[in-house]
Amino acid sequence: MTDFPGAPDLTAPRKGLRVLAAMSGGVDSAVAAARAAEAGHDVTGVHLALSANPQSFRTGARGCCTIEDSRDARRAADVIGIPFYCWDLAERFREDVVDDFVAEYEAGRTPNPCLRCNEKIKFAALLDKALALGFDAVCTGHYATVVVNEDGTREMHRASDMAKDQSYVLGVLDEKQLAHAMFPLGDTITTKDEIRAEAERRGLAVAKKPDSHDICFIADGDTQGFLAKRLGKAEGDIVDESGHKLGTHEGAYGFTIGQRKGLRIGHPAPDGKPRYVLDISPVNNTVTVGPVESLDVSALTAIKPRWCGAAPQGPGTYTAQLRAHGGETAVTAELVDGELRVSFAEPVRGVAPGQAIVLYDGTRVVGSATIAATERAGAEAAR
Amino acid sequence: MAYLDHAATTPMLPEAVQAMTAQLALAGNASSLHAAGRRARRTVEEARESLAASLGARPSEVVFTAGGTEADNLAVKGLYWARRAADPARTRVLASPVEHHAVLDAVDWLATHEGATVEYLPVDSHGRVHPDALREAIARNPDDVALATVMWANNEIGTVMPVGELAAVAAEFDVPLHADAVQAVGQLDVDFAASGLAAMTVSGHKIGGPYGIGALLLGRQYAPVPLLHGGGQERHVRSGTLDVPAIAAFAVAGVLAAERREDFAREVGALRDALVEGVRTAVPDAVLGGDPNPAGRLPANAHFSFPGCEGDSLLLLLDAQGIECSTGSACTAGVAQPSHVVLATGTDRDLARGTLRFSLGHTSTRADVDALLGAIGPVVERARSAGLS
Repeated sequence: MTDFPGAPDLTAPRKGLRVLAAMSGGVDSAVAAARAAEAGHDVTGVHLALSANPQSFRTGARGCCTIEDSRDARRAADVIGIPFYCWDLAERFREDVVDDFVAEYEAGRTPNPCLRCNEKIKFAALLDKALALGFDAVCTGHYATVVVNEDGTREMHRASDMAKDQSYVLGVLDEKQLAHAMFPLGDTITTKDEIRAEAERRGLAVAKKPDSHDICFIADGDTQGFLAKRLGKAEGDIVDESGHKLGTHEGAYGFTIGQRKGLRIGHPAPDGKPRYVLDISPVNNTVTVGPVESLDVSALTAIKPRWCGAAPQGPGTYTAQLRAHGGETAVTAELVDGELRVSFAEPVRGVAPGQAIVLYDGTRVVGSATIAATERAGAEAAR
Repeated sequence: MAYLDHAATTPMLPEAVQAMTAQLALAGNASSLHAAGRRARRTVEEARESLAASLGARPSEVVFTAGGTEADNLAVKGLYWARRAADPARTRVLASPVEHHAVLDAVDWLATHEGATVEYLPVDSHGRVHPDALREAIARNPDDVALATVMWANNEIGTVMPVGELAAVAAEFDVPLHADAVQAVGQLDVDFAASGLAAMTVSGHKIGGPYGIGALLLGRQYAPVPLLHGGGQERHVRSGTLDVPAIAAFAVAGVLAAERREDFAREVGALRDALVEGVRTAVPDAVLGGDPNPAGRLPANAHFSFPGCEGDSLLLLLDAQGIECSTGSACTAGVAQPSHVVLATGTDRDLARGTLRFSLGHTSTRADVDALLGAIGPVVERARSAGLS
């Protein structure tokens, strides 16, 4: 990341900064931009065009990056009374997020593209450009809280409203990125209805716009179809834990660890209990299934750790979150040779390589890493 | 505020505002037969006559439209359909590659939906079509050419085309030549009769008239197939109730543009020359787009490429300082793409990403230019540090 020379001291009270507000065309980022402007900052709105061939209109409640979304963002900026531009980051997005997403699935892992986008696009490509152009911070509609300590260091905490908290997808931000991040929605306890009411009060037409969800670059929500188109059919075996063939599949990438539905194995398990995907092996294109107990993971190793502040020394106890809307679980974690070794107090289920683990100390985000291998409860390492 | 985007639209002249508001309160459909209708008709016809006179045309050659885009579409599609109907062999359309999208996209549509074969005429590094290039293209098979279309002056880089010579070549082969003269009126000596063109597009809001009004000047022997069918107004070529207030104001602006043209071109040209010189001093590696010879470009136009800069970044930084200009490129979802005009002149793609168009107009002052010259150096430096993302 560029550290633009002469960037102002962000430890000063955050007033009158030059803020670049990323505006998706949705209600959250519009209200965030409005709040930043109201707080006295000099705000400029920017819509990121992330698709090289944007669709004219949104289909249903999904997606972003359509021309309609860019127009909604522009309308919101006009009402707030801030300048607005569209920036084309489609090429960077394709390289860093979409291609990475496909490659991760191809390698048998389960990526989170939103995390990746925050790490590589919003708080890297966008932030770098913003800083170079003389902005002090990038503002988004994420729900997370930034706390400035007396010594000027920054901490990211969960949003005041735990139900809305999005600190997990921001867990990849390092201290430098955090120093230039602004989340105006994070420190208020607001239900979505209240955010919509606030948008309405502010005259923002996006107040009634449906939430976007799922993966923005898969407009129809059909992730399997999207992957199949990119990766083609690759027939392989579905086997049980002893290696006995139970059936076939059309592409190992179509499975996620912990998946139960859609296995299409003709005959039931001997004990009659449902079977779950335990392992995906892209090397021999095999999907291993087994009973729910075998999903229990007691420990894992995660790579590419990123710390929101100083890296922890020695083993420590934390709470961990393993997916965007997942709960918390108690862990012991230690950094060993640059890899994060995590053991769970109680076994957890549905942990897939490729997912991010975010560590918390209370509400504070400590850091994150990408899960590389899991250890089954009472079994050998899965990978 | 320094408004340097007059080629996008220029403020209405007070005289035009007055003419328009005077009409807005009056009732009367110019096609009605009663007194109110006759009054409206008289206003329209007087406007038509004065506008025609200001453009060197006959009143009957003026077909009012809802703007430049409609006039371009009417000329390109209408003449294509009519010429092909008269002889099915005529399906070749010759166009310059630096046309405005109102022409380019219309031509492209004909290729996609109407069986047209589109041939883009070569241009030189200033974006100019040479008469020989048109001659070569037509002479290859004069019988299959439906029409040719080459703009009078380019909206982005300001290059003036040799319209008269091009029209003479087209006339030798009986091929109708259309020219989009939207940017030329008020800056160049635009005389429809003397040009020899078959059709010519003009627009109101680029010359101090209102938005939403334009005209196609159309030689009397041409009967393009209409885009709009209805009441048969405007020689049955363009149906629709006539917009009396807009037409009245358009004519006032047109007459004033012609009257003031020489003084305006001289004054605005001097201002433009100062702008160009100042930008080159502040940013020595800035590349002037279009014809460096002032005689070969619109007097109000300046166009630069700034190496290593994103046009978007430049625009944002200037906008933040109250300086309004344009990247001069087309937008898809509001995202700037490298301009087809700049690319057509042989500029490389990276350089084409850093273009800005500064266009002056009747309200421009030395202070506007000075504001730009004071800002452009640091702005380019900063945009360069942000690089090409």
